[in-house]
Amino acid sequence: MQYAILCYHDENVVCAWSKQEDDAVMARLAVVQERLAKQGKLGPVVRLLPTTAATTLRKDREPPLVIDGPFAETKEQLLGFYVVDCSSLEEVLEVARELAAANPGGAYEIRPIGVFNPGSARA
Amino acid sequence: MTDVAWIDAVLTSARAQAVAALLRYFRDLDTAEEAFQEACLRALKSWPRNGPPRDAAAWLIMVGKNAAIDTVRRQRREEPLPQEELISDLSDAEATTVERIDAADYRDDILRLLFVCCHPDLPATQQIALALRIVSGLSTHQIARAFLVSDDAMEQRITRAKARVAKANVPFEAPSAVDRSERLAAVAAMLYLLFNEGYTAGIADDGSRAALCEEAIRLCRLLLRLFPTEPEIMALTALLLLQHARSRARFDSEGSVVLLEEQDRQLWDRKLIAEGQALIDKAVRHRRPGPYQVQAAIAALHARAQRPQDTDWGQIDLLYGALERMQPSPVVTLNRAVAAAKAHGAAAGLDMIEPLQGKLDGYFYFHGARGAFLLELGRREEARVAFNRAIALANTPAEAAHIRQQLDRLAAPCLEKNPSPRG
Repeated sequence: MQYAILCYHDENVVCAWSKQEDDAVMARLAVVQERLAKQGKLGPVVRLLPTTAATTLRKDREPPLVIDGPFAETKEQLLGFYVVDCSSLEEVLEVARELAAANPGGAYEIRPIGVFNPGSARA
Repeated sequence: MTDVAWIDAVLTSARAQAVAALLRYFRDLDTAEEAFQEACLRALKSWPRNGPPRDAAAWLIMVGKNAAIDTVRRQRREEPLPQEELISDLSDAEATTVERIDAADYRDDILRLLFVCCHPDLPATQQIALALRIVSGLSTHQIARAFLVSDDAMEQRITRAKARVAKANVPFEAPSAVDRSERLAAVAAMLYLLFNEGYTAGIADDGSRAALCEEAIRLCRLLLRLFPTEPEIMALTALLLLQHARSRARFDSEGSVVLLEEQDRQLWDRKLIAEGQALIDKAVRHRRPGPYQVQAAIAALHARAQRPQDTDWGQIDLLYGALERMQPSPVVTLNRAVAAAKAHGAAAGLDMIEPLQGKLDGYFYFHGARGAFLLELGRREEARVAFNRAIALANTPAEAAHIRQQLDRLAAPCLEKNPSPRG
Protein backbone atom coordinates (compact mmCIF):
# COMPACT_ATOMS: atom_id res chain seq x y z
CA MET A 1 0.00 0.00 0.00
CA GLN A 2 1.26 3.44 -0.84
CA TYR A 3 0.64 6.24 1.58
CA ALA A 4 0.83 10.00 1.32
CA ILE A 5 2.09 11.85 4.39
CA LEU A 6 0.83 15.42 4.34
CA CYS A 7 2.84 18.00 6.26
CA TYR A 8 1.11 20.70 8.30
CA HIS A 9 2.72 23.42 10.39
CA ASP A 10 2.22 27.08 11.29
CA GLU A 11 3.70 28.93 8.34
CA ASN A 12 4.30 32.08 10.40
CA VAL A 13 6.54 30.07 12.69
CA VAL A 14 8.37 28.23 9.91
CA CYS A 15 8.95 31.48 8.02
CA ALA A 16 10.37 33.01 11.24
CA TRP A 17 13.08 30.32 11.38
CA SER A 18 16.52 31.64 10.62
CA LYS A 19 18.37 30.07 7.68
CA GLN A 20 20.47 28.10 10.17
CA GLU A 21 17.41 26.71 11.92
CA ASP A 22 15.78 25.85 8.59
CA ASP A 23 18.96 24.14 7.37
CA ALA A 24 19.20 22.18 10.61
CA VAL A 25 15.64 20.86 10.26
CA MET A 26 16.21 19.94 6.62
CA ALA A 27 19.45 18.16 7.51
CA ARG A 28 17.70 16.07 10.19
CA LEU A 29 14.92 15.19 7.75
CA ALA A 30 17.48 14.27 5.07
CA VAL A 31 18.93 11.58 7.37
CA VAL A 32 15.53 9.89 7.73
CA GLN A 33 14.76 10.31 4.03
CA GLU A 34 18.04 8.73 2.99
CA ARG A 35 17.39 5.67 5.13
CA LEU A 36 13.88 5.30 3.68
CA ALA A 37 15.28 5.76 0.17
CA LYS A 38 17.80 2.95 0.73
CA GLN A 39 14.96 0.69 1.81
CA GLY A 40 13.13 1.58 -1.42
CA LYS A 41 10.25 3.03 0.56
CA LEU A 42 10.57 6.69 -0.33
CA GLY A 43 8.44 8.17 -3.10
CA PRO A 44 8.51 11.83 -4.16
CA VAL A 45 9.18 14.38 -1.42
CA VAL A 46 7.98 17.91 -1.98
CA ARG A 47 8.46 21.11 -0.03
CA LEU A 48 5.97 23.74 -1.14
CA LEU A 49 6.76 27.44 -1.30
CA PRO A 50 4.86 29.64 1.18
CA THR A 51 1.11 30.14 0.74
CA THR A 52 1.82 33.75 -0.23
CA ALA A 53 2.98 32.29 -3.58
CA ALA A 54 -0.30 30.34 -3.98
CA THR A 55 -3.11 30.96 -6.46
CA THR A 56 -6.49 29.21 -6.21
CA LEU A 57 -8.83 28.22 -9.02
CA ARG A 58 -12.40 27.94 -7.74
CA LYS A 59 -14.06 25.48 -10.07
CA ASP A 60 -17.49 25.46 -8.41
CA ARG A 61 -18.67 28.02 -10.99
CA GLU A 62 -18.44 28.56 -14.73
CA PRO A 63 -16.07 30.01 -15.75
CA PRO A 64 -13.79 29.06 -12.86
CA LEU A 65 -12.54 32.00 -10.78
CA VAL A 66 -8.87 32.71 -10.10
CA ILE A 67 -8.17 33.97 -6.56
CA ASP A 68 -4.89 35.11 -5.01
CA GLY A 69 -3.72 33.11 -2.04
CA PRO A 70 -4.25 29.58 -0.71
CA PHE A 71 -7.49 27.60 -0.55
CA ALA A 72 -8.94 28.81 2.75
CA GLU A 73 -12.32 27.09 3.00
CA THR A 74 -12.83 24.34 5.54
CA LYS A 75 -15.88 22.53 4.19
CA GLU A 76 -13.94 20.78 1.42
CA GLN A 77 -11.28 18.16 2.09
CA LEU A 78 -7.94 17.48 0.43
CA LEU A 79 -8.56 14.53 -1.90
CA GLY A 80 -5.47 14.42 -4.07
CA PHE A 81 -2.86 16.38 -5.91
CA TYR A 82 -0.89 16.64 -9.15
CA VAL A 83 2.71 17.61 -9.75
CA VAL A 84 3.02 19.32 -13.14
CA ASP A 85 5.99 20.97 -14.83
CA CYS A 86 4.97 24.31 -16.37
CA SER A 87 6.96 27.38 -17.35
CA SER A 88 4.56 30.01 -15.95
CA LEU A 89 1.53 30.56 -13.77
CA GLU A 90 -0.54 31.14 -16.93
CA GLU A 91 0.43 27.71 -18.23
CA VAL A 92 -0.36 25.88 -14.99
CA LEU A 93 -3.68 27.75 -14.76
CA GLU A 94 -4.47 26.50 -18.26
CA VAL A 95 -3.75 22.93 -17.12
CA ALA A 96 -5.93 23.46 -14.03
CA ARG A 97 -8.78 24.80 -16.18
CA GLU A 98 -8.62 21.69 -18.37
CA LEU A 99 -8.78 19.49 -15.29
CA ALA A 100 -11.60 21.63 -13.92
CA ALA A 101 -13.64 21.12 -17.08
CA ALA A 102 -13.25 17.37 -16.63
CA ASN A 103 -14.14 17.54 -12.93
CA PRO A 104 -16.05 20.66 -11.87
CA GLY A 105 -16.79 21.50 -8.21
CA GLY A 106 -14.42 22.39 -5.38
CA ALA A 107 -11.11 24.10 -6.10
CA TYR A 108 -7.52 23.62 -7.14
CA GLU A 109 -4.87 25.37 -5.10
CA ILE A 110 -1.76 26.00 -7.18
CA ARG A 111 1.45 26.07 -5.16
CA PRO A 112 4.93 26.41 -6.62
CA ILE A 113 7.32 23.68 -5.45
CA GLY A 114 10.50 24.73 -3.68
CA VAL A 115 12.20 21.36 -3.23
CA PHE A 116 11.42 18.21 -5.22
CA ASN A 117 13.07 14.89 -4.53
CA PRO A 118 11.72 12.17 -6.87
CA GLY A 119 12.52 9.42 -4.36
CA SER A 120 13.40 5.81 -5.05
CA ALA A 121 10.23 3.76 -4.56
CA ARG A 122 8.75 2.08 -7.63
CA ALA A 123 5.11 2.90 -8.34
CA MET B 1 14.44 22.26 18.70
CA THR B 2 14.65 22.96 22.41
CA ASP B 3 11.64 24.31 24.33
CA VAL B 4 13.11 27.78 24.47
CA ALA B 5 14.00 27.87 20.76
CA TRP B 6 10.55 26.65 19.84
CA ILE B 7 8.82 29.21 22.07
CA ASP B 8 11.11 31.90 20.72
CA ALA B 9 10.02 31.12 17.15
CA VAL B 10 6.35 31.25 18.17
CA LEU B 11 6.83 34.55 20.01
CA THR B 12 8.64 36.05 17.02
CA SER B 13 5.90 35.06 14.62
CA ALA B 14 3.11 36.25 16.94
CA ARG B 15 4.80 39.49 17.92
CA ALA B 16 3.57 41.85 15.18
CA GLN B 17 -0.03 40.76 15.61
CA ALA B 18 0.06 40.91 19.42
CA VAL B 19 1.87 44.25 19.75
CA ALA B 20 -0.41 45.70 17.07
CA ALA B 21 -3.56 44.70 18.96
CA LEU B 22 -2.10 45.98 22.24
CA LEU B 23 -1.25 49.27 20.56
CA ARG B 24 -4.85 49.65 19.43
CA TYR B 25 -6.01 48.92 22.95
CA PHE B 26 -3.60 51.18 24.86
CA ARG B 27 -2.85 53.71 22.09
CA ASP B 28 0.68 54.08 23.40
CA LEU B 29 3.75 52.34 22.00
CA ASP B 30 5.65 51.97 25.29
CA THR B 31 2.65 50.53 27.12
CA ALA B 32 1.96 48.11 24.24
CA GLU B 33 5.59 46.99 24.16
CA GLU B 34 5.80 46.51 27.92
CA ALA B 35 2.53 44.58 27.95
CA PHE B 36 3.89 42.27 25.25
CA GLN B 37 7.17 41.79 27.15
CA GLU B 38 5.24 40.80 30.24
CA ALA B 39 3.11 38.38 28.25
CA CYS B 40 6.28 36.80 26.81
CA LEU B 41 7.74 36.30 30.28
CA ARG B 42 4.56 34.55 31.35
CA ALA B 43 4.58 32.45 28.18
CA LEU B 44 8.11 31.26 28.95
CA LYS B 45 6.90 30.14 32.38
CA SER B 46 3.56 28.68 31.38
CA TRP B 47 4.02 27.12 27.91
CA PRO B 48 6.71 24.56 28.74
CA ARG B 49 4.43 23.30 31.52
CA ASN B 50 0.98 23.58 29.92
CA GLY B 51 1.88 23.23 26.28
CA PRO B 52 1.45 25.92 23.65
CA PRO B 53 -1.91 27.65 23.35
CA ARG B 54 -3.96 27.01 20.22
CA ASP B 55 -3.68 30.65 19.16
CA ALA B 56 -0.44 32.10 20.50
CA ALA B 57 -1.16 35.68 19.43
CA ALA B 58 -4.58 35.70 21.10
CA TRP B 59 -3.04 34.31 24.30
CA LEU B 60 -0.34 36.97 24.31
CA ILE B 61 -2.83 39.77 23.63
CA MET B 62 -5.10 38.60 26.44
CA VAL B 63 -2.34 38.08 28.98
CA GLY B 64 -0.48 41.25 27.96
CA LYS B 65 -3.61 43.35 28.22
CA ASN B 66 -4.44 42.06 31.69
CA ALA B 67 -0.85 42.50 32.86
CA ALA B 68 -0.78 46.11 31.71
CA ILE B 69 -4.14 46.91 33.27
CA ASP B 70 -2.95 45.25 36.44
CA THR B 71 0.18 47.41 36.47
CA VAL B 72 -1.87 50.58 36.04
CA ARG B 73 -4.20 49.52 38.87
CA ARG B 74 -1.32 48.68 41.15
CA GLN B 75 0.16 52.09 40.47
CA ARG B 76 -3.16 53.56 41.54
CA ARG B 77 -3.06 51.33 44.65
CA GLU B 78 -6.20 49.56 43.60
CA GLU B 79 -7.06 45.90 43.84
CA PRO B 80 -5.21 43.75 41.28
CA LEU B 81 -7.14 41.67 38.76
CA PRO B 82 -7.40 37.94 39.52
CA GLN B 83 -4.60 37.38 37.04
CA GLU B 84 -3.80 33.69 37.35
CA GLU B 85 -7.42 32.64 37.13
CA LEU B 86 -7.73 34.33 33.77
CA ILE B 87 -4.54 32.80 32.50
CA SER B 88 -5.43 29.29 33.62
CA ASP B 89 -8.84 29.53 31.98
CA LEU B 90 -7.27 29.65 28.57
CA SER B 91 -9.90 28.27 26.29
CA ASP B 92 -12.46 30.87 27.40
CA ALA B 93 -9.96 33.71 27.32
CA GLU B 94 -8.89 32.83 23.79
CA ALA B 95 -12.41 32.43 22.53
CA THR B 96 -13.51 35.89 23.65
CA THR B 97 -10.39 37.60 22.38
CA VAL B 98 -10.54 35.85 19.06
CA GLU B 99 -14.18 36.75 18.75
CA ARG B 100 -13.53 40.42 19.39
CA ILE B 101 -10.48 40.79 17.18
CA ASP B 102 -11.43 39.24 13.88
CA ALA B 103 -9.22 38.92 10.85
CA ALA B 104 -10.03 42.36 9.42
CA ASP B 105 -9.03 44.03 12.71
CA TYR B 106 -5.74 42.13 12.78
CA ARG B 107 -5.01 43.32 9.31
CA ASP B 108 -5.53 47.00 10.07
CA ASP B 109 -3.79 46.64 13.46
CA ILE B 110 -0.61 45.27 11.93
CA LEU B 111 -0.70 47.79 9.11
CA ARG B 112 -1.07 50.58 11.69
CA LEU B 113 1.81 49.23 13.75
CA LEU B 114 4.05 49.24 10.68
CA PHE B 115 2.70 52.60 9.60
CA VAL B 116 3.51 54.40 12.87
CA CYS B 117 7.16 53.64 12.08
CA CYS B 118 6.87 55.42 8.72
CA HIS B 119 6.01 58.90 9.94
CA PRO B 120 7.14 61.31 7.20
CA ASP B 121 8.94 63.50 9.76
CA LEU B 122 11.18 60.58 10.71
CA PRO B 123 14.40 60.24 8.71
CA ALA B 124 14.75 56.86 7.01
CA THR B 125 17.25 55.50 9.54
CA GLN B 126 14.87 56.31 12.42
CA GLN B 127 11.95 54.66 10.62
CA ILE B 128 13.94 51.49 10.22
CA ALA B 129 15.31 51.53 13.77
CA LEU B 130 11.80 52.02 15.15
CA ALA B 131 10.38 49.20 13.04
CA LEU B 132 13.14 46.85 14.16
CA ARG B 133 12.55 47.76 17.77
CA ILE B 134 8.76 47.68 17.82
CA VAL B 135 7.65 45.38 15.03
CA SER B 136 10.55 42.94 14.96
CA GLY B 137 11.40 43.13 18.66
CA LEU B 138 15.17 43.42 18.20
CA SER B 139 17.03 44.71 21.26
CA THR B 140 18.54 48.18 21.18
CA HIS B 141 21.94 46.51 21.29
CA GLN B 142 21.18 44.39 18.21
CA ILE B 143 19.93 47.41 16.27
CA ALA B 144 22.91 49.52 17.36
CA ARG B 145 25.25 46.80 16.10
CA ALA B 146 23.48 46.67 12.75
CA PHE B 147 23.79 50.44 12.33
CA LEU B 148 27.37 50.53 13.67
CA VAL B 149 26.54 53.07 16.39
CA SER B 150 26.80 52.87 20.18
CA ASP B 151 23.93 51.45 22.24
CA ASP B 152 23.41 54.86 23.86
CA ALA B 153 23.17 56.64 20.53
CA MET B 154 20.64 54.09 19.26
CA GLU B 155 18.63 54.29 22.49
CA GLN B 156 18.40 58.06 22.03
CA ARG B 157 17.46 57.72 18.39
CA ILE B 158 14.63 55.32 19.21
CA THR B 159 13.41 57.41 22.13
CA ARG B 160 13.30 60.52 19.93
CA ALA B 161 11.48 58.65 17.18
CA LYS B 162 8.92 57.32 19.65
CA ALA B 163 8.32 60.81 21.05
CA ARG B 164 7.72 62.14 17.57
CA VAL B 165 5.31 59.32 16.75
CA ALA B 166 3.44 59.91 20.03
CA LYS B 167 2.91 63.55 19.04
CA ALA B 168 1.79 62.64 15.55
CA ASN B 169 -1.67 61.41 16.59
CA VAL B 170 -1.94 58.32 14.46
CA PRO B 171 -5.66 57.75 13.91
CA PHE B 172 -6.95 54.57 15.54
CA GLU B 173 -10.30 54.21 13.81
CA ALA B 174 -10.49 51.77 10.90
CA PRO B 175 -8.77 53.36 7.89
CA SER B 176 -10.67 54.19 4.70
CA ALA B 177 -9.71 52.42 1.48
CA VAL B 178 -7.62 55.43 0.42
CA ASP B 179 -5.88 55.66 3.82
CA ARG B 180 -5.22 51.96 3.66
CA SER B 181 -3.53 52.10 0.28
CA GLU B 182 -1.45 55.14 1.34
CA ARG B 183 -0.36 53.31 4.48
CA LEU B 184 0.52 50.24 2.45
CA ALA B 185 2.68 52.31 0.12
CA ALA B 186 4.51 53.97 3.04
CA VAL B 187 5.07 50.64 4.76
CA ALA B 188 6.30 49.04 1.52
CA ALA B 189 8.83 51.86 1.07
CA MET B 190 10.03 51.41 4.66
CA LEU B 191 10.46 47.65 4.22
CA TYR B 192 12.46 48.29 1.07
CA LEU B 193 14.72 50.66 3.02
CA LEU B 194 15.11 48.06 5.75
CA PHE B 195 16.15 45.48 3.19
CA ASN B 196 18.63 47.85 1.57
CA GLU B 197 20.17 48.63 4.93
CA GLY B 198 21.10 44.96 5.17
CA TYR B 199 21.87 44.54 1.49
CA THR B 200 24.57 47.22 1.43
CA ALA B 201 26.47 45.54 4.26
CA GLY B 202 29.70 43.83 3.22
CA ILE B 203 30.99 40.41 4.17
CA ALA B 204 33.02 42.01 6.95
CA ASP B 205 29.67 42.37 8.67
CA ASP B 206 29.08 39.92 11.53
CA GLY B 207 25.72 38.90 10.13
CA SER B 208 23.65 41.40 12.11
CA ARG B 209 23.04 43.56 9.04
CA ALA B 210 22.51 40.66 6.69
CA ALA B 211 19.80 39.50 9.11
CA LEU B 212 17.97 42.75 8.30
CA CYS B 213 17.35 41.38 4.79
CA GLU B 214 15.72 38.25 6.18
CA GLU B 215 13.63 40.33 8.57
CA ALA B 216 12.48 42.60 5.72
CA ILE B 217 11.43 39.51 3.75
CA ARG B 218 9.60 38.06 6.75
CA LEU B 219 7.65 41.30 7.25
CA CYS B 220 6.90 41.50 3.53
CA ARG B 221 5.45 37.99 3.56
CA LEU B 222 3.41 38.97 6.61
CA LEU B 223 2.07 42.03 4.78
CA LEU B 224 1.29 39.91 1.73
CA ARG B 225 -0.61 37.39 3.83
CA LEU B 226 -2.72 40.30 5.13
CA PHE B 227 -3.18 41.86 1.69
CA PRO B 228 -3.04 38.85 -0.64
CA THR B 229 -4.41 40.66 -3.70
CA GLU B 230 -2.06 43.68 -3.85
CA PRO B 231 0.19 43.29 -6.91
CA GLU B 232 2.74 45.81 -5.64
CA ILE B 233 3.16 43.95 -2.34
CA MET B 234 3.57 40.68 -4.27
CA ALA B 235 6.19 42.43 -6.40
CA LEU B 236 8.06 43.99 -3.49
CA THR B 237 8.27 40.56 -1.84
CA ALA B 238 9.47 39.13 -5.15
CA LEU B 239 12.06 41.89 -5.56
CA LEU B 240 13.52 41.29 -2.09
CA LEU B 241 13.57 37.51 -2.60
CA LEU B 242 15.32 37.82 -5.96
CA GLN B 243 17.94 40.22 -4.59
CA HIS B 244 18.48 38.11 -1.50
CA ALA B 245 18.86 34.97 -3.64
CA ARG B 246 22.20 36.37 -4.82
CA SER B 247 23.55 37.20 -1.37
CA ARG B 248 26.04 34.31 -1.16
CA ALA B 249 27.61 35.29 -4.48
CA ARG B 250 27.91 39.03 -3.95
CA PHE B 251 31.21 39.14 -2.05
CA ASP B 252 34.43 37.21 -2.52
CA SER B 253 36.41 35.66 0.32
CA GLU B 254 38.25 38.95 0.87
CA GLY B 255 35.04 40.93 1.13
CA SER B 256 35.26 42.63 -2.26
CA VAL B 257 32.09 43.21 -4.21
CA VAL B 258 31.62 40.68 -6.99
CA LEU B 259 29.76 42.29 -9.87
CA LEU B 260 26.62 40.59 -11.12
CA GLU B 261 28.40 39.50 -14.29
CA GLU B 262 31.25 37.89 -12.39
CA GLN B 263 29.16 36.14 -9.75
CA ASP B 264 29.19 32.35 -9.46
CA ARG B 265 25.59 31.68 -10.41
CA GLN B 266 25.75 28.23 -8.77
CA LEU B 267 25.66 30.11 -5.48
CA TRP B 268 22.34 31.77 -6.26
CA ASP B 269 19.46 30.40 -4.18
CA ARG B 270 17.14 28.74 -6.71
CA LYS B 271 14.33 28.28 -4.19
CA LEU B 272 14.14 32.01 -3.47
CA ILE B 273 14.29 32.76 -7.19
CA ALA B 274 11.41 30.35 -7.82
CA GLU B 275 9.33 32.03 -5.12
CA GLY B 276 10.12 35.49 -6.51
CA GLN B 277 9.18 34.43 -10.01
CA ALA B 278 5.92 32.87 -8.79
CA LEU B 279 4.98 36.14 -7.09
CA ILE B 280 5.74 38.21 -10.20
CA ASP B 281 3.55 35.87 -12.26
CA LYS B 282 0.74 36.47 -9.79
CA ALA B 283 1.23 40.24 -9.76
CA VAL B 284 1.29 40.57 -13.55
CA ARG B 285 -2.12 38.88 -13.86
CA HIS B 286 -3.69 41.93 -12.18
CA ARG B 287 -2.68 44.20 -15.07
CA ARG B 288 -1.99 47.07 -12.67
CA PRO B 289 1.70 47.77 -13.30
CA GLY B 290 3.74 49.58 -10.67
CA PRO B 291 7.35 50.42 -9.87
CA TYR B 292 7.98 47.34 -7.70
CA GLN B 293 6.63 45.09 -10.45
CA VAL B 294 9.02 46.63 -12.97
CA GLN B 295 12.00 46.33 -10.62
CA ALA B 296 11.10 42.75 -9.73
CA ALA B 297 10.75 41.90 -13.43
CA ILE B 298 14.26 43.31 -14.02
CA ALA B 299 15.66 41.26 -11.13
CA ALA B 300 13.90 38.17 -12.51
CA LEU B 301 15.48 38.64 -15.95
CA HIS B 302 18.90 38.67 -14.30
CA ALA B 303 18.01 35.61 -12.19
CA ARG B 304 16.77 33.70 -15.21
CA ALA B 305 20.00 34.09 -17.21
CA GLN B 306 22.12 30.93 -16.82
CA ARG B 307 25.22 32.86 -17.91
CA PRO B 308 25.80 36.65 -18.01
CA GLN B 309 25.72 36.62 -21.82
CA ASP B 310 22.22 35.09 -21.70
CA THR B 311 20.85 38.23 -20.01
CA ASP B 312 18.05 39.85 -21.99
CA TRP B 313 19.48 43.41 -21.85
CA GLY B 314 17.08 44.69 -24.49
CA GLN B 315 14.12 43.76 -22.29
CA ILE B 316 15.85 45.23 -19.22
CA ASP B 317 16.43 48.47 -21.15
CA LEU B 318 12.68 48.60 -21.96
CA LEU B 319 11.72 47.88 -18.33
CA TYR B 320 13.98 50.66 -17.06
CA GLY B 321 12.34 52.89 -19.66
CA ALA B 322 8.96 52.02 -18.10
CA LEU B 323 10.34 52.70 -14.63
CA GLU B 324 11.66 56.09 -15.85
CA ARG B 325 8.14 57.03 -16.89
CA MET B 326 6.63 55.91 -13.55
CA GLN B 327 9.35 57.31 -11.28
CA PRO B 328 11.62 59.67 -13.21
CA SER B 329 15.00 59.90 -11.49
CA PRO B 330 18.58 60.32 -12.66
CA VAL B 331 19.56 57.08 -10.91
CA VAL B 332 16.92 55.13 -12.86
CA THR B 333 18.22 56.70 -16.09
CA LEU B 334 21.75 55.71 -15.09
CA ASN B 335 20.61 52.10 -14.63
CA ARG B 336 18.81 52.22 -17.93
CA ALA B 337 21.98 53.50 -19.59
CA VAL B 338 23.93 50.49 -18.30
CA ALA B 339 21.32 48.17 -19.86
CA ALA B 340 21.21 50.21 -23.07
CA ALA B 341 25.01 50.03 -23.34
CA LYS B 342 24.84 46.23 -23.06
CA ALA B 343 22.01 45.97 -25.58
CA HIS B 344 23.05 48.64 -28.09
CA GLY B 345 26.68 49.54 -27.35
CA ALA B 346 28.55 51.87 -25.00
CA ALA B 347 27.80 54.93 -27.15
CA ALA B 348 24.05 54.54 -26.48
CA GLY B 349 24.73 54.36 -22.75
CA LEU B 350 27.05 57.35 -22.78
CA ASP B 351 24.51 59.47 -24.70
CA MET B 352 21.92 58.67 -22.06
CA ILE B 353 24.02 59.68 -19.07
CA GLU B 354 25.88 62.74 -20.35
CA PRO B 355 22.92 65.03 -19.49
CA LEU B 356 23.00 63.69 -15.88
CA GLN B 357 26.50 65.02 -15.14
CA GLY B 358 25.16 67.96 -13.12
CA LYS B 359 22.73 65.91 -11.04
CA LEU B 360 24.92 62.87 -10.38
CA ASP B 361 28.35 64.49 -10.14
CA GLY B 362 28.66 63.39 -6.49
CA TYR B 363 27.54 59.83 -7.20
CA PHE B 364 30.00 56.95 -7.21
CA TYR B 365 28.10 54.77 -9.67
CA PHE B 366 27.73 57.59 -12.21
CA HIS B 367 31.47 58.01 -12.60
CA GLY B 368 32.07 54.26 -12.46
CA ALA B 369 29.58 53.61 -15.30
CA ARG B 370 30.80 56.60 -17.30
CA GLY B 371 34.38 55.40 -16.97
CA ALA B 372 33.38 51.92 -18.17
CA PHE B 373 31.54 53.33 -21.22
CA LEU B 374 34.48 55.62 -22.10
CA LEU B 375 36.93 52.75 -21.71
CA GLU B 376 34.87 50.58 -24.03
CA LEU B 377 34.80 53.41 -26.58
CA GLY B 378 38.60 53.66 -26.38
CA ARG B 379 38.56 57.14 -24.78
CA ARG B 380 41.18 56.07 -22.26
CA GLU B 381 42.22 59.40 -20.79
CA GLU B 382 38.64 60.48 -20.10
CA ALA B 383 37.97 57.02 -18.64
CA ARG B 384 40.91 57.41 -16.27
CA VAL B 385 39.58 60.77 -15.05
CA ALA B 386 36.11 59.27 -14.49
CA PHE B 387 37.50 56.24 -12.60
CA ASN B 388 39.64 58.47 -10.37
CA ARG B 389 36.58 60.55 -9.59
CA ALA B 390 34.66 57.35 -8.76
CA ILE B 391 37.37 56.16 -6.36
CA ALA B 392 37.21 59.48 -4.56
CA LEU B 393 33.45 58.99 -4.10
CA ALA B 394 33.47 55.28 -3.20
CA ASN B 395 31.31 54.48 -0.16
CA THR B 396 33.14 51.31 0.82
CA PRO B 397 36.67 49.96 0.38
CA ALA B 398 35.15 47.21 -1.77
CA GLU B 399 33.72 49.75 -4.20
CA ALA B 400 37.06 51.54 -4.43
CA ALA B 401 38.83 48.22 -4.95
CA HIS B 402 36.53 47.36 -7.81
CA ILE B 403 37.24 50.65 -9.63
CA ARG B 404 40.97 50.21 -8.98
CA GLN B 405 40.78 46.89 -10.83
CA GLN B 406 39.33 48.71 -13.82
CA LEU B 407 42.11 51.31 -13.56
CA ASP B 408 44.64 48.48 -13.50
CA ARG B 409 43.09 47.07 -16.67
CA LEU B 410 43.33 50.54 -18.13
CA ALA B 411 46.96 50.81 -17.10
CA ALA B 412 48.13 47.38 -18.22
CA PRO B 413 47.79 47.68 -22.02
CA CYS B 414 49.13 51.25 -21.76
CA LEU B 415 52.39 49.93 -20.37
CA GLU B 416 52.66 47.64 -23.37
CA LYS B 417 52.18 50.56 -25.71
CA ASN B 418 54.64 52.81 -23.88
CA PRO B 419 57.11 50.48 -22.21
CA SER B 420 59.04 52.16 -19.46
CA PRO B 421 62.78 52.58 -20.14
CA ARG B 422 63.63 50.05 -17.47
CA GLY B 423 61.37 47.45 -19.13
